[in-house]
Amino acid sequence: MSDLSRRKLIITGLAATAGAAGLGVAARIAQKYGLVPPDHRGIYGLGETLTYASQRLLTRHSLAREFPRSQISNPPLANEIPPLNEAFKRLQAGGFADWRLSVSGMVDRPAAFSLAELKSYPSRSQITQLACEEGWSYIAEWIGVPLSHILNVVGIHPQARYIVYFSIDPNWWESIDMADAMHPQTFLAYGMNGNELPVGNGGPLRLRLPRQLGYKSVKYITHLTVTDSLKGFGKGLGSASPEGGYAWYAGI
Amino acid sequence: MARLGTVGAPLGAGVLSSGKVLPATTVTLRHSALVRVTHWITTLCFLALLVSGAEIVISHPRFYWGETGNVLTTPLFKLPIPSSRALVPTGYGYVLPDQNGWSRYLHFQAAWVAVLTGLLYVIFGLFTGHLRKNLLPHKADLSWRRFSIAVAKRLLFERPSEAEAWSYNVLQRLTYLLVIFVLFPLVIWTGLAMSPAFVSAVPATVTLLGGQQSARTIHFFVSLSLLLFLLVHVVMVCLAGFRSRMRAMVTGRTGTHMERI
Repeated sequence: MSDLSRRKLIITGLAATAGAAGLGVAARIAQKYGLVPPDHRGIYGLGETLTYASQRLLTRHSLAREFPRSQISNPPLANEIPPLNEAFKRLQAGGFADWRLSVSGMVDRPAAFSLAELKSYPSRSQITQLACEEGWSYIAEWIGVPLSHILNVVGIHPQARYIVYFSIDPNWWESIDMADAMHPQTFLAYGMNGNELPVGNGGPLRLRLPRQLGYKSVKYITHLTVTDSLKGFGKGLGSASPEGGYAWYAGI
Repeated sequence: MARLGTVGAPLGAGVLSSGKVLPATTVTLRHSALVRVTHWITTLCFLALLVSGAEIVISHPRFYWGETGNVLTTPLFKLPIPSSRALVPTGYGYVLPDQNGWSRYLHFQAAWVAVLTGLLYVIFGLFTGHLRKNLLPHKADLSWRRFSIAVAKRLLFERPSEAEAWSYNVLQRLTYLLVIFVLFPLVIWTGLAMSPAFVSAVPATVTLLGGQQSARTIHFFVSLSLLLFLLVHVVMVCLAGFRSRMRAMVTGRTGTHMERI
């Protein structure tokens, strides 16, 4: 072996060791600061982690764009929805008077809120875009109560890291980290364009999360729970989306 | 080694600082290792982005201009293909299976690898003078007469000269610069403009393009341009001598005059 190739080999070896050690340290730091998504395993884990980590660092407090009233899409689009179950139809027949949003998990005061109670809290509105992963989009005015307000009412524990939220459709549930949960534009929305939120758009209650794709804005929300780990939910990938092949983090 | 012209003329023999004399047969590489490695990583990423991008488009093969667009809005144009979503009126009586899950995972993963590889390439290219020496056209070649001759040679499918096995001609240089510094940045920009989280931090990314749907439409056309580049690139490689050009980009060594073709 000549001097040149030996030197090359040593340099390559050192660089590879340094690189591997650097990656290990980076992974540990990322884990510590909550920069690793729950679906980080598997062949696409690298891309997902890079996207989530970089956007968490870049967009923790940034606000989704809001639009003038003149840009509201007319007519508003109601995407396809799965067939609504018997439980939903019963509540719908009663004018949603018995609809409840129950809040449990790492909270001081677990509670169940009726729509009337949710509406008694300070209402906020935002004119934001809903973008679907398929490529289409529309702009609407969303009226509701910020999720952070409800979380303050129930009092979340300091170790809380995620909010898991469930639709009345048992196959539809999602979760978000605390940066998104406490974000001022994350709403429990009950109104749209000055009216009640139509059933086609997720009424009587849906989550609105304008900094992520539409599928994170789960329709017909009945339950949410506060947790420090997503391991106990479904397959532990964070939400129903990764179980169906879609990314948990949908900020793109 | 029979070689014509002055471009890329290798040193016959070199004396290393260690005092050892290298034999005169030392091979000068046509493409440096970094250029070859980044070339093939980019190729893999581009193919992954192309396939996954096509799958994503199939879920909504309609394009719009401005901020919003959906099945209730008039499209700028529609692709005459079936869709993987029942909501989209395509005129076809069937709906294709949904492939968006893995397509989206793959698209963004390949995008990350492509962007990081591209950054490495550009930093390397600036640092070593690769961009200036190998891609920036010679001033003399930019005269109208020289340029027309180069175009005519391509149009007549004239076999490239021996010198061109060692150096890019003016059309190649301009095309590669266009791909590296216009099309790739544009496809990255329009891609980021579709990210609801990214544009919340940097709204100008999308407002400068006239809206999220405009960004999507531009993204589509830039991708088509890159696909066109890929096709022409492969055809030109075949015309210039597939084996010698492939060997140059895989092993770094180019064939001599006799070995060509």
